[in-house]
Amino acid sequence: MIFIDTLLLGISSGAIYSLMALALVLVWRSTRIVNFAQASQAVLSTYIGYEITMRSHNYWVSLPLAILFGAILGSLIDFLFMRYLAKRAKSGPIAEIAPVIATLGLLGLLQSIIGLIWGNSFLQYPTPLSGKGFTFGSHTIPFSPQNLFIVLATAIVLLVFGGIFRFTDLGLALRAASFQPEIAQLAGIRVARIRNIGWAFAGAAGAVAGAVITPTSVLSPNSLDLLLVSGFIAAVMGGLDSLVGAVIGGLVLGVGFSFILQYVGSSVTFLAGFFILVIVLLIRPRGFFGHQVGRHA
Amino acid sequence: MTHNPSSLRLDAVSVQFGGLAALTEVSLEINPGEVVGVIGPNGAGKTTLFNVLTGLVAPSAGSFFLAGKKRDWPKTHELTSLGIARTLQGVGLFSDLTVFENVLVGATHFSKMRIFKSLLGLDGGANKKNEMRVHQILDTLGISDYADRKADSLPYPISKRVALARALISEPTTLILDEPAGGLGTGDIEWLKEFILLIRSKTSVLLVEHHMDVIMNVCDRIYVLNFGELIAHGTPGEIKNNSEVVAAYLGSEASR
Repeated sequence: MIFIDTLLLGISSGAIYSLMALALVLVWRSTRIVNFAQASQAVLSTYIGYEITMRSHNYWVSLPLAILFGAILGSLIDFLFMRYLAKRAKSGPIAEIAPVIATLGLLGLLQSIIGLIWGNSFLQYPTPLSGKGFTFGSHTIPFSPQNLFIVLATAIVLLVFGGIFRFTDLGLALRAASFQPEIAQLAGIRVARIRNIGWAFAGAAGAVAGAVITPTSVLSPNSLDLLLVSGFIAAVMGGLDSLVGAVIGGLVLGVGFSFILQYVGSSVTFLAGFFILVIVLLIRPRGFFGHQVGRHA
Repeated sequence: MTHNPSSLRLDAVSVQFGGLAALTEVSLEINPGEVVGVIGPNGAGKTTLFNVLTGLVAPSAGSFFLAGKKRDWPKTHELTSLGIARTLQGVGLFSDLTVFENVLVGATHFSKMRIFKSLLGLDGGANKKNEMRVHQILDTLGISDYADRKADSLPYPISKRVALARALISEPTTLILDEPAGGLGTGDIEWLKEFILLIRSKTSVLLVEHHMDVIMNVCDRIYVLNFGELIAHGTPGEIKNNSEVVAAYLGSEASR
């Protein structure tokens, strides 16, 4: 029984890591940038959702609006910052490093702005669904309707964005523009616009993560920082390039954490995250689903 | 000078890299159905000329004429809608996409509306039509068997054909080929020569090529560049016997 409970706990927290990992993979796939600002974007979207929930007294009204805000915020970050950076740092090592450093700067900037507006204290985000575990006979499992909602939200985000990338012209353009922008332009793709859509998608996915997770904990400018780290580990385990990989990475990490917490102890859990990452990368250097690179016939 | 609707002309184009003159007042014209070659020793400015023409490098002077009308230098992503398509030196494919996807990318003209329609799945009809066109073109180029292979897993000559397919799918009226025969064996070069002569009824062709055999066989006219300047222009027969051209090539051979 403890085994199954631990597994269920792991799956619900793993789904959360998966959502953040999905957001990171979405930006990576469309722009080749690891977006550390994702945590602050998600948190800001969640604050907006919080304000709407407090005024409308309806979580289900605030959810789509927070997601929309997340998409617009992602698009704005590209439009106001990343696009100019890409123009000015075009080639050489700086072209790869500068955008990542910039996202770290944006992380701090957005969190400070949030702190200025809402303060740094913890806010309680009302739970839309019960956080009490389902009961089977006399046994209550550590898996609540809210947990189920998180798992479903992860599945929907995966299906929607996976479907867009796999089956639509837009997805094809996104994949093309990220790898070889020059050829994409020659093929008639407006690369800057397509990348902007990639940022919007990622912003939306991050907003989903913030909106479904925060009701299970608290809201503060830094409340998603640890999630960013876990999400990043999950994304890297999944190969950074694969949406399915991100979800599996998140689940492996979640379940791993859960078992370590249950059978080893809480003091080593966070370290264990990096330990799991190192083991996965040692066995599969490109992650579970990473594409082979550098092979030319 | 008469101007046919799809003729393309560059007038007195100059390009500076820092203080260095990469191109100096180069003019060039391509008329419908023509096959025009650009040759010159290494570093003569051939690829720079193509890059200016395709919006990848900004000129410091010069004008762009399409169908006899002067217009702004086109941005790279506008080229396909102006009827201009280009292949790149080497492979020039999306290495991570399949052959089918590589060509399909070029079949899709993106506009604002299409993005949202595509998201909502409203352009299913257009999709099917594009997919059929891709299959047709892969067939024409004899590479249908490779449709589902990833581009970075292809034999080199096949990848060159995929690059051709990617350019042709946009149905250009001017096709720009950057060293299409580079790295190919004799059989593939013969195929390429025939193919260029075959497609000239649909599109004019502008090509940079080091294989003189290809240039002399397929081109109606040839421009010769040396040190960023146009030193000669004429039919293959005229170019062969131009003393300045011979000197430029001999000079570059001798200096190697």
